[in-house]
Amino acid sequence: MAATRARVSSFSRNVSTVTSQNPGLKHGPNGTMFISSGIPDLDKILGGGFSLGSLVMVMEDEEAPHHMLLLRNFMSQGLVQKQPLLYASASRDPKRFLGTLPSPPSSKGDKSSDISHEKDIRIAWQYKKYFGEPNFNTNSGGQQDYCNDFDLRKPLDRHFFSGNNVDCVSIKDSLNLTALQDYCAGFLGKLSRNEGNISSVGRIAIQSFCSPQCKYSNEEWHMLSFVRSLKSMARSSNAVVVVTFPPSLLSPSCSLRLQHMADTLLSVRAIPDEDKELAKLLTGYQDMIGLLNVHKAARLNTQVPVILEATTFSIKLQKRRFLVLECLNQAPVDGSSGSSYGTSGGCSGSTKGGTLDF
Amino acid sequence: MEQKNWNLLDEALGLHNNNAKPWPLCGRFVLVEDCVDTSAAFVLHHILKRSFSSYPSSAVLFLAFCHTFSHYDRVLRKLGCNLAAQRDNGRFFFLDMLMFQCPGEGKPNYGLASVFEQIERVITVLHQEKKSISIIIDDISFLEVAANGSSDDVLNLLHYCHTLTSEYGCAFIALDHKDIYLNGDRAAVILEMEYLADILVKAEPLATGLSKDVHGQLMVLDKETQHQHGISAIKTYDFHFKIKENGIECFYPGTKI
Repeated sequence: MAATRARVSSFSRNVSTVTSQNPGLKHGPNGTMFISSGIPDLDKILGGGFSLGSLVMVMEDEEAPHHMLLLRNFMSQGLVQKQPLLYASASRDPKRFLGTLPSPPSSKGDKSSDISHEKDIRIAWQYKKYFGEPNFNTNSGGQQDYCNDFDLRKPLDRHFFSGNNVDCVSIKDSLNLTALQDYCAGFLGKLSRNEGNISSVGRIAIQSFCSPQCKYSNEEWHMLSFVRSLKSMARSSNAVVVVTFPPSLLSPSCSLRLQHMADTLLSVRAIPDEDKELAKLLTGYQDMIGLLNVHKAARLNTQVPVILEATTFSIKLQKRRFLVLECLNQAPVDGSSGSSYGTSGGCSGSTKGGTLDF
Repeated sequence: MEQKNWNLLDEALGLHNNNAKPWPLCGRFVLVEDCVDTSAAFVLHHILKRSFSSYPSSAVLFLAFCHTFSHYDRVLRKLGCNLAAQRDNGRFFFLDMLMFQCPGEGKPNYGLASVFEQIERVITVLHQEKKSISIIIDDISFLEVAANGSSDDVLNLLHYCHTLTSEYGCAFIALDHKDIYLNGDRAAVILEMEYLADILVKAEPLATGLSKDVHGQLMVLDKETQHQHGISAIKTYDFHFKIKENGIECFYPGTKI
């Protein structure tokens, strides 16, 4: 009844709350539903998560496996919430990849208290009363959360993926994509959308879709029509499809076609270890492991584009365990430690005298 | 005549002088081009809305390769236009091409030929009802993928659709992504379409990057505004736009308050 009433008026604002019947779902704007990407910061950036029925494409960095971080968290989040998962990759034994998935931190352990402690001391004590009781435990542990923090150093418990809700497909030796397409069609067919409540949502993760070890990798139109049909199938089902692909191995026009097909388009990039100039420019350069770019955010059922505050984010590991995304911060120009000002300027002799130096 | 606030896009497309024809785009081919950063789908939505709300004798045949009916229904509803009702009234024909795929090598042309037959069947019926018809294709690049990359087949279909503009006085509106062809790969499709187009609409991001208040810029090129003295004057319009749920805001660069 509530659902039909909401549809009558297009002016009613949907409140972004976790639905009671399914903790993995959140109402988004325009009648869409969100599921979590497995990274709390990415959910926040995208306005709630990945929209159900959308196709998420991740452009890989050919030299670094950063796309795996996104993929692992996406898959783990689904498994923790007992959502069906279809994983396809070009490796010989895709099932083994499941052993590398991160696990949510145990609620009884000391890690969660560690986090909350660290967050606590950042809040000045005067303001503490405004925060009330610390409620950081919403993020840690507990299988009924919308989004978990995942501990990258702790493997996921076997019982999460030993059930029959996980399908693994190797696309290494298949000559074309019809087998995978049939798998996806069968998987999504079980999750087809019907009016009313959503009983279960599924996730499809396809890793390194166009990698050269696949035998179809030189048939670009075949791959494009596969992605197109995957997108069409996803539209009418309660699932999110994440595909990672290496754009540099494709022709530019093919890569652009794939980018146009994506509802949400992300790209990851590694940052070089010893880039002195970049290190000077950005704060916290040492902790960064890569950069994430948000090129497009899904806009289902609306024509208004999603304009983000920033499109480039740094990927960091908090305490070497938790994946966090942060806006890039330009480092303050530090006159006292910067060597470029004092020593290189041969013409200015009075550098020591004045604090301002032109 | 009810008060309408026509915006720059209406003016550029000639939609504002609704005394002249039952549907100002009659017999014209509008090609809309965009890129990854700036989608121009809103131009199609705008034309749909104008067609239904301001021109009572118009009808639209929509070939959807990119989005579902429910997506367009929701978008247009926020623009003040009920597609489901228009469909029941026989003014909106939605061909769902999302899962359409040409069969492989064995039977060339079979798939797209059947698509055109479908189009023609609808057009002839509508023509007898004295409706002024628009054919809208929401994504040519998806059509190419559906045709397994056969540019010739795609061009054939587009040419056939284009002939309908002179044969039945239809309007033909198509969206394509310009940046795909920029490196010269299969550029024939976009070049021929640009040549044939009467009105060219190009959407680009701002050169200075995205902003919250300006979503991009549109360039509208009208190739034959007047035929005085046998000279067709090319008229261009350049303006910025901001997309909102209930419409678009168009303004000249620097004039937004």
